[in-house]
Amino acid sequence: MERSPLLRQVAHQRQTLFDEGLLDEQFVRLEELQDRTNPNFVEEIVTTYYQDTSRLILNIEQELERRPLDFGRLDGYMYQFNGSSTSFGAKKVKAECSLFREYCRAGNGEGCMRTFQQLKREYATLKRKLEAYFQLARQARLTQTASPPG
Amino acid sequence: MFGKGASSSKSMEIIGYEKKFSVLIVDDDPIIRKIHSALLSKFTKEIQEVKNGKEAVDLYRSGASFDIIFIDKEMPIMNGLEATKELRAMGVNSTIVGVTSCDLSSERNDFIAAGQNQCYEKPLTIEKIKSLLSELNKNN
Repeated sequence: MERSPLLRQVAHQRQTLFDEGLLDEQFVRLEELQDRTNPNFVEEIVTTYYQDTSRLILNIEQELERRPLDFGRLDGYMYQFNGSSTSFGAKKVKAECSLFREYCRAGNGEGCMRTFQQLKREYATLKRKLEAYFQLARQARLTQTASPPG
Repeated sequence: MFGKGASSSKSMEIIGYEKKFSVLIVDDDPIIRKIHSALLSKFTKEIQEVKNGKEAVDLYRSGASFDIIFIDKEMPIMNGLEATKELRAMGVNSTIVGVTSCDLSSERNDFIAAGQNQCYEKPLTIEKIKSLLSELNKNN
């Protein structure tokens, strides 16, 4: 059976997230956990991620304003950020987290601040693209339910 | 405990593990708790979650018991290693599985010395859980 244009668009948008390096195979593993009893599982994970990490971003921003910088504390926050980002496959965000932690270990404040700005950009881009993808996926599901194949 | 027994649910028939078992997930990260709970629900319906080692210890002190505890290493209030030592000192024989974001090879000795049976890098996967259950079935 041929896919509707909307389903093809959803599939294309999903593939773009991987092709652009925004997500890795951990996201696929989460999709595999989705079933009829848990149909919005991945979206719930992503929502929880952005709620939880917004607190971390605030903490890191406040820490980066202190002088002298407490690299241990910064590393601790980024360790949490990295763990959460890894858990749902946020590949580019995860890479920035690792780089930030390297700068912390090297005691390089400039590097930390520069990397943090890039991290926030990647984080915002991923959020925007995932929100668009989930909205389209929901639309496609509604369309399928409204017009069953006949 | 992990030997053959009557089938109890369709999901476990599909996975191939027939005996019921209970699980405690101990992690301060709500995302990890959600993911690990969803993963483990493919194997069992008896799942409980707590946010740190102290809550896990308190649960056991209140009389609760679980077949397997999946415990994070880094947690506020009481971390995974401290909680494991405490539970073992209390005489708890549950299978304790450490789960860490850190480099596992450098931490494996710490986990085993604390009294854990096994340890994995986060996040858990279906394959890791199948491998663990298979190992536990063999040892039992």
